[in-house]
Amino acid sequence: MRIFGLNRRIIRVLLGSQYAHMLEYRAEIALWALSGVLPFIMLSVWSGSDARSGLGLDGVALDRYFLSAFLVRQFSVVWVVYAFEEDALLGRLSPYLLQPLHPLWRYVAAHLGEQLTRLPFAALIAAVFFAVRPQAIWLPSLGGFLLAWLATWMAFAIAFLFQSLIAAFCFWSEKASALERLQFIPFLFLSGLLAPLTAFPPVVRALAQWTPFPYLIDFPARVLAGQPVDLLAGFGAQLAWIALLLPLVLLLWRAGVRRYSAMGA
Amino acid sequence: MGRYWQTLSRFWGTAVAVQLEYQANVLIELLAVAMSLSGSLFLLSLFYGPDQTLGGWNWAQALMVQGLYTVFDGMATTWLRPNLGAIVTHVREGTLDFVLLKPIDSQFWLSLRTLSPAGLPEIGLGLGLLAWGSHQAGVVFSLSSLFTVLVMLLAGGLILYSLWFLIAATSIWFVKTWNATEVLRALLASGRYPLNAYPPALRLLFTLVLPVAFLTTVPAQVLLGEAAAPMLFAGLALAALFFAAARAFWLFALRFYTSASS
Repeated sequence: MRIFGLNRRIIRVLLGSQYAHMLEYRAEIALWALSGVLPFIMLSVWSGSDARSGLGLDGVALDRYFLSAFLVRQFSVVWVVYAFEEDALLGRLSPYLLQPLHPLWRYVAAHLGEQLTRLPFAALIAAVFFAVRPQAIWLPSLGGFLLAWLATWMAFAIAFLFQSLIAAFCFWSEKASALERLQFIPFLFLSGLLAPLTAFPPVVRALAQWTPFPYLIDFPARVLAGQPVDLLAGFGAQLAWIALLLPLVLLLWRAGVRRYSAMGA
Repeated sequence: MGRYWQTLSRFWGTAVAVQLEYQANVLIELLAVAMSLSGSLFLLSLFYGPDQTLGGWNWAQALMVQGLYTVFDGMATTWLRPNLGAIVTHVREGTLDFVLLKPIDSQFWLSLRTLSPAGLPEIGLGLGLLAWGSHQAGVVFSLSSLFTVLVMLLAGGLILYSLWFLIAATSIWFVKTWNATEVLRALLASGRYPLNAYPPALRLLFTLVLPVAFLTTVPAQVLLGEAAAPMLFAGLALAALFFAAARAFWLFALRFYTSASS
């Protein structure tokens, strides 16, 4: 059975080749993993700040929250826009479009391959963190871990669809990365990467919950850190965003491909 | 020397002319800067309850730090990212050969070839924020204090450039290292907040190893009259040291450069 050109054999080959490809760039991926240190910098500012008491997070909970935020970010990073923009500009997209496989699957496989390559580096950084702050060590229950894993995957799916939507604008304008930059700024401040959402004034928090951003970091990180969280509302919102974005992406891609003529044609 | 000046003005003239052809980009850039700055101020405000401080710095003083950070971030957008980010491409595509053949210093060419005006509004806003914060913090401006801050900004710029260039130069060996500069950028983000907001170990790291402190906290202290001349000289000495290191490292790296085809 094929779904958008995908069957089991193709999945295996695609994932295998992309994983092998990513392994070649291990040093690069290690650096990318390291460039995600922002939550730790924010943690060090937060833990020294008087405003911490307003968060309802004691020291250890704050440690766990930011470590979880780091891990969730590591496994939900998406860079479709950049890869796609390059492929479109250099004309590599044309052969992809001729194949009976939706080009987006190739990027999905590349991301999954990268996540797998990233795993040891992320684990290493987490181990260093625990060595520095041994009191923060915790082991989520199996159920909690699986739920957090699922939430992170859903976060990845939302981010991926959102970026694919922006990437599809490449068919009309060559500068989709500028749009990507614009969406990255609210992501940075509203996702919970820099501050737990509980630190926000109630109005801002209420507004943020209507955007997809808190479900990309804050919600999965909270589940992973074992904090009280409304699972039903969180997963519901994640599903709703996927259900909204998926048809939009497919529609825009179809329209874009119809419009597409290779660069220089 | 005259030749270098003339080359520079040609480089920047064409770079600005090219950028001005993309007017939509300018608008997007302005929007991004405005959003980013308001986000940073919002985040900073989270640390401040009623009359509280962040590492002993009040709101107005923290604004000065934030303003300085914005200036350096704008500097990176205008100058460092477009130039030093291209080194990787030169190495990968073999065009570094052409740069090395030119009758002009290769580090000069690579560091100053282009200019992206997109970061200029950010520099302007950062300076504005610095001025407003200083005013609120009760800083009395004098010619000498303005001069000192200018010197500190130059020293900070030189440190930032040297760090960035040191990492970009490693692409001679590793080819793909613009990600290393991403790590640098992530670490530099720590300069948004006064140094005293960090635990002692990190304070040491940000002063000696990765001297973020000299970019934002120290200039703010100088303006506030809290840091004396020794700190100023330390900043200048550090800038000279880092620049010399970057220069030496580049000459060293070039010895390992084999052109694309060999």
